Amino acid sequence: MAILVDADTRVLCQGMTGWAGTHHTALMMDYGTCVVAGVTPGKGGRHHLNVPVFDRVAPAVAATGANASMIFVPPAHAAAAMIEAIEAGIGLVVAVTERVPVMDMVRVRAALKGSRTRLVGPNSQGILAPGLAKIGVMGTGAERPGSVGIVSRSASLTTEVVDQITRAGLGQSTTVGVGGDPIHGIGMAECLDLFFADPDTEAVVLIGELGGTEEQEAAEFLQSTGLKKPVIAYLAGRHAPPERRMGHAGTITLHGRGDVVAKTAALRAAGVTVVSGAHRVGETVRQVLGAAAR
Amino acid sequence: MNLHEFQAKDILARYGLMSPGGAVAITPEEAEAVARRLGSPMIAVKAQVHAGGRGKAGGVRLVTSPHAAREAAAEMLGRKLVTAQTGPEGRIVRRVFVETGLASARDLNLAVLVDRTLGELVVLGSPEGGEDLEERALKGELKLERLPLGTGATPRHDEALAFAARLGLTGAEGAALAGIVDGLRRAFVELDASLIEINPLALTEDGRLVAFDAKMVIDDNALFRQPELAALRDDEEADPIEVQAQHHQLNYVRLDGDIGLVVNGAGLGLATLDLLREAQGRPANFMDIRTTAKSQHIAYGFGLLFDNPAVKAILVNIHGGGMQPCDTVVEGLGMAARRSGRTIPIVARLAGNNADFARSRFVNFGLPIVECPDMWTAATRAVAIARHGR
Repeated sequence: MAILVDADTRVLCQGMTGWAGTHHTALMMDYGTCVVAGVTPGKGGRHHLNVPVFDRVAPAVAATGANASMIFVPPAHAAAAMIEAIEAGIGLVVAVTERVPVMDMVRVRAALKGSRTRLVGPNSQGILAPGLAKIGVMGTGAERPGSVGIVSRSASLTTEVVDQITRAGLGQSTTVGVGGDPIHGIGMAECLDLFFADPDTEAVVLIGELGGTEEQEAAEFLQSTGLKKPVIAYLAGRHAPPERRMGHAGTITLHGRGDVVAKTAALRAAGVTVVSGAHRVGETVRQVLGAAAR
Repeated sequence: MNLHEFQAKDILARYGLMSPGGAVAITPEEAEAVARRLGSPMIAVKAQVHAGGRGKAGGVRLVTSPHAAREAAAEMLGRKLVTAQTGPEGRIVRRVFVETGLASARDLNLAVLVDRTLGELVVLGSPEGGEDLEERALKGELKLERLPLGTGATPRHDEALAFAARLGLTGAEGAALAGIVDGLRRAFVELDASLIEINPLALTEDGRLVAFDAKMVIDDNALFRQPELAALRDDEEADPIEVQAQHHQLNYVRLDGDIGLVVNGAGLGLATLDLLREAQGRPANFMDIRTTAKSQHIAYGFGLLFDNPAVKAILVNIHGGGMQPCDTVVEGLGMAARRSGRTIPIVARLAGNNADFARSRFVNFGLPIVECPDMWTAATRAVAIARHGR
């Protein structure tokens, strides 16, 4: 199986009728994802991509039984869309939108407290469970159903690592992009927890980068629960100049905080195999799983 | 987006934060005139650049006469200021802030920011000021006091007073600090800040709390709803090439090496930069093509590399994904190469969406390509070519 999604996942798309929403929703449908509704205020009552469109999330949920939401809403309204989905009680919300204001994400995080929603993103490529469902904007073709879970802060490195794992003769159970922004929903530690509980995941690849302390929090989680399955990590940005934003908003190091050396040390201390070159992830996973099988 | 000290103090004054008072000068004569007008026995002349560590680098001078203020300004204006945060290239000082010099009985430090882990606003404070507080706090030499603010609501008065007491301020001084904290909180929320730092916040001999320095960073993602603040952007402080690249959907950071680097995706870009360094190569830049970039934007990005005389080889690492296939990038490269006319060896690693189509486009453009099957091979080839020409 997979984490976060399963055969009963029914997706509604907020912002489906725009260009990006239409394009990516169609690709998700082609992949076999069960998309049941779209939500665009002012366009309720129509049909788009052969599914009904609603003005609001709650009636869409009531009418279609949607239990997941994909958000393509532009930055100025993305947080309101997330909060609407959270208040409608949707269990999984995936936000692709880039450049959501930080204060808006503070309000979203407050709305998440005590709710039953897991938020993935924003600024995430989404979730891919090969052969089962795609809720996101990632390219497909290189993935194979398999036993390696991937949790990542980077969409491009996820694409790369999926390809390497497939070429190593393995496959993926689920890939999750936690997003490149400093304030986001589900984190690496929570994904590790889900992968450890998933019977079909045998090993987890963690893809981190400089900035923040999320990898250290994942290491603390592993220290407290123990390494229930092999975890292989790659961390980008060892040689990046400090105090510069390197593409992602979350990648600024301040005075040594969030640097890759500290993250590497924390993960190694928790028993994680940290790969030093991004080209060697697939091969390392195969070695680790081979060693575990013997 | 960084604000200058004088801008931050001006804005925060509206939220009740007192500062010594002064004005900006762009010539030594103006600096002297401002100092004369202030009429203070002590005057601070402060370089206005977007970098911390000015004090240690000679960017802040205390003088005792308008004439000396003029001389201090003359020594700063138009010169490069190199601080621990500017990098070796430094920043040209285009303005000085001439401010009344006050004596401090005690320095404190106050900052409002978003705690990434909790996703909440927090005020951090310490009963000391200084330029290296963060390092000292990390080393455990200094305890930063915390006042959590959740989504930015007014803190409870007793909690704010208790926070002030932990910074050593009680009675009227404690109440004054609580007032300042609430003002900074309101400014943070209303203005979409991502950092407000008052370091030092001075307690003067007569018991007033005055901001000697102020740093304020505005969330770039929120500038669309903060037009007044967006207008304060000082593009002279940013690298003009990086600013232009942003307008072309590219995240570009100038570095000082000889290998031009183009990658689609921030994480893959960082990973490729790491491999280049591991292979003893020297990248000339970091360039992440955003998913929103079209081929003409990408052509602009490659043009930056063709225009950089230091670049001896270009390393292209593209993993075509759902938002951007490989051929779009190659099309941009071909356009730039034709425009430039300069021939630079190109090492390419192409994988994923439309990689084969991209290869055929390389041939059509007649570009001198060395194609490599993986990132490490590509990085080592690029280093060899930059060093030995092959």
